[in-house]
Amino acid sequence: MPVVRWGEQTFPLHGNETVLDALLRNGVSVSYACKSGSCGSCMLQAREGTVPARAQAGLKDSWKAQGYFLACVCVPEADLAAAPLGAEARIRATIISLGNLSPSVKQVLVRRDVASDIRPGQYIAIIRPDGLARSYSVAGLPEEDVLEFHVRLIPNGRMSGWLHNDACVGDRVTTLGPSGECFYVPGNEDQPLLLAGTGTGLAPLWGVLRDALRCGHRGPIHVFHGAVHQGGLYLCDELRSLTQTHEHVTYTPVLLTGDPIPGTEIGAIDKVILGRFPKLAGWRAYLAGDPDIVRSLKMQLFLAGAGSRDILADAFLHSAD
Amino acid sequence: MMFMPTLYEQLGGQAAVNLAVDNSYRKVLTDDRVKSFFDGVDMDQQIAKQKAFLTMVFGGPNNYSGLDMRQGHAHLVKRGLNDSHVDTIIELLGKTLSELGVAEPLIQQVAALAESTRNDVLGR
Ligand SMILES: Cc1cc2nc3c(=O)[nH]c(=O)nc-3n(C[C@H](O)[C@H](O)[C@H](O)COP(=O)(O)OP(=O)(O)OC[C@H]3O[C@@H](n4cnc5c(N)ncnc54)[C@H](O)[C@@H]3O)c2cc1C
Repeated sequence: MPVVRWGEQTFPLHGNETVLDALLRNGVSVSYACKSGSCGSCMLQAREGTVPARAQAGLKDSWKAQGYFLACVCVPEADLAAAPLGAEARIRATIISLGNLSPSVKQVLVRRDVASDIRPGQYIAIIRPDGLARSYSVAGLPEEDVLEFHVRLIPNGRMSGWLHNDACVGDRVTTLGPSGECFYVPGNEDQPLLLAGTGTGLAPLWGVLRDALRCGHRGPIHVFHGAVHQGGLYLCDELRSLTQTHEHVTYTPVLLTGDPIPGTEIGAIDKVILGRFPKLAGWRAYLAGDPDIVRSLKMQLFLAGAGSRDILADAFLHSAD
Repeated sequence: MMFMPTLYEQLGGQAAVNLAVDNSYRKVLTDDRVKSFFDGVDMDQQIAKQKAFLTMVFGGPNNYSGLDMRQGHAHLVKRGLNDSHVDTIIELLGKTLSELGVAEPLIQQVAALAESTRNDVLGR
């Protein structure tokens, strides 16, 4: 059986165990959240040995080159020496503003001690002083070193509860990232864009939308924001005013239930989108939010003709425990 | 001796494979004869597998192994995957290529290569 070396310690791996599970089993404290290779919280660096490709899927090339990998999906075939990420990857940051976008969504602004290259729509893991890590999407155009996040309050949620009720301006956190491919890529300025998300899935879309406009995107941009009821919508005025200054942008709030309201659709977001746009060949789609809705939309958009490489999705997977 | 372009190159390389993967995957997902085998399958993983498979049948750079093919389909064989389903998949692949404007002799070549995996797929 291969072993994981961690500093001076050596841990034999059990069966098909991941590096994360082996470390946790041996009492090593490592941050993690989704345990499915998505959120980026459990990133480590390989010092010796070969990392299976699966554990580096989706990481940017410069990270791969430095041996960064996701411990939660890393099942080594041979011995591997791993270590926490160096200081260059974990950037300390200060919470500089906590505002309300709606009763259930906070806008959290964070200033990183060191600026780094981030595209709106990517996500960052926020690590609290006690080690709890959760990923949040970058909603704003990163102005120098300030990052904007939209955090929805989850009942009994540890990180979201803390950010909503306990965190204060001036509190220090650690940030890790960015990760993710859900961002605007210039070079195809006439392509129709579909931006669809539920809940705070609007966060990366809001980033992508403004980035696309800043990059001079000319093709139509259709934004669909789904919520269970009216209270789940936010940034409505900002989005409406963007549609007035940019006639190629449309905004459609979609509520799952309730009485009809002018300018708002009632129903399931996938039905509303495909009802309006049954053929999506040549489109590019950005999807974010509830994992089941993202998965199902992705499939339906693909069947409606969107190319698999033109559907960029961020499922907001929950923590695994 | 002159180098013969591989089928993969003749078809147009990676871009053509990507398009053929998408189009053939759309077809199998909507074909009543085989779509049930794809229920609950992760789309990204399936597309990655399909890409590896088509790159292999097109003779492009790949690390296909017969063992992968056996292991990857064993659970489907248990669920009733048989020759008729393999026939359908090869048929849908041919249709996809023909819609993309690939010439009939090339399609025949691809079908023959796909055919060569039949026993591995069906675990025989
Ligand atoms: C790539 C990525 C990007 C993300 N971006 C954002 C973002 O921009 N904004 C944002 O608000 N969140 C985002 N998330 C989700 C976020 O990372 C946390 O999962 C979320 O804030 C809950 O964490 P918590 O510590 O408050 O709750 P936890 O303490 O982890 O969870 C408490 C309980 O609630 C359950 N639970 C957690 N989330 C949900 C949910 N959505 N619905 C129902 N039950 C749930 C958990 O399983 C657990 O039982 C993103 C996730 C990923 C993977």
